[in-house]
Amino acid sequence: MQLLVLITVVCLILSLVVDRRKTFEGVKRGFKMFLNLLPALLLVLILVSVFLYLVPQQTIVKLLGAKSGILGVAIAAVVGSISLIPAFISFPLARILLDKGVSYTVVAVFITTLIMVGVLTLPIEFKYFGKRAAIMRNLLSFIGALIIGYLIGLFL
Amino acid sequence: MNRKKILKDYFWVILFGSFIIGSLFLNYEPGVKIYSNFSQFFLEMIAFLPLMFLLVGLFDVWVPKEKIEKHIGHESGLIGSLWVILLATLQAGPLYGAFPIAYILSKKGAGVRNIFIYLGAFSALKIPMLTFEIGFLGLKFTLLRTLFSLPVFVIIGIIMEKIVGRDFKVKAG
Repeated sequence: MQLLVLITVVCLILSLVVDRRKTFEGVKRGFKMFLNLLPALLLVLILVSVFLYLVPQQTIVKLLGAKSGILGVAIAAVVGSISLIPAFISFPLARILLDKGVSYTVVAVFITTLIMVGVLTLPIEFKYFGKRAAIMRNLLSFIGALIIGYLIGLFL
Repeated sequence: MNRKKILKDYFWVILFGSFIIGSLFLNYEPGVKIYSNFSQFFLEMIAFLPLMFLLVGLFDVWVPKEKIEKHIGHESGLIGSLWVILLATLQAGPLYGAFPIAYILSKKGAGVRNIFIYLGAFSALKIPMLTFEIGFLGLKFTLLRTLFSLPVFVIIGIIMEKIVGRDFKVKAG
């Protein structure tokens, strides 16, 4: 985070020194893009906050801890795809799951769908990629996550 | 922007806002809890996204299209893919933060395959996230997951290029 601030400030100053007009144009374009995205972004944040209220961490632990085998993997894949949990919560959560005896495959599928598939962020993805490409990317990532989980299960 | 469009764009936000204000007044517990979730995520988002958009805007005016086209365009091959993977690993934040960068790369002529490889690497291989993952899940798990993810999202990139075609462009959002 500090790094991002530092990089932004350095780039901005450099840009201002070299060409003021170009800099203003760039800042304007960036700001416009941000404003365009803002409604979809806020909608996603709303969805996530409601989701985390309706499905608290204990529920996720319960859901993923209850079943093993194929059903466990399926639950992990679906929960991971729908959930939007920041990394600083999801990794400790995954640790809890492992300590509870949940298999590495299930945890890997959960983590991978969590980071690569985003059902709740689809409203944003549609705006950038269109419906077809966004849905296909999520679908392929979903399948990919299952493969990754299976492979990890062979080694751990 | 006219008023009608603002109202339409922010319909859910206004609805949610009213619900939250009502909940805070009446001390309605679910509303208060949802609000505390929301403000946490909002602060996290508002701290980094505007900066990122500013960088994307500067990138837009300064970086010439020919440069990007040459290095990560359709004819860039394996080296081009390595460049986007390297770029992605150095970043942080949720996947939707990568979409504006995908847009600007696409606008500047990055190949379709590389755009989707970039998204895959961004979601699965960010170094700040990996350090965190090693801490909680161990080096072996993290290495294996990374190792298996790499070919998976490269293949996804190749398939996506076949599905959407080489002329596909990411929109401005």
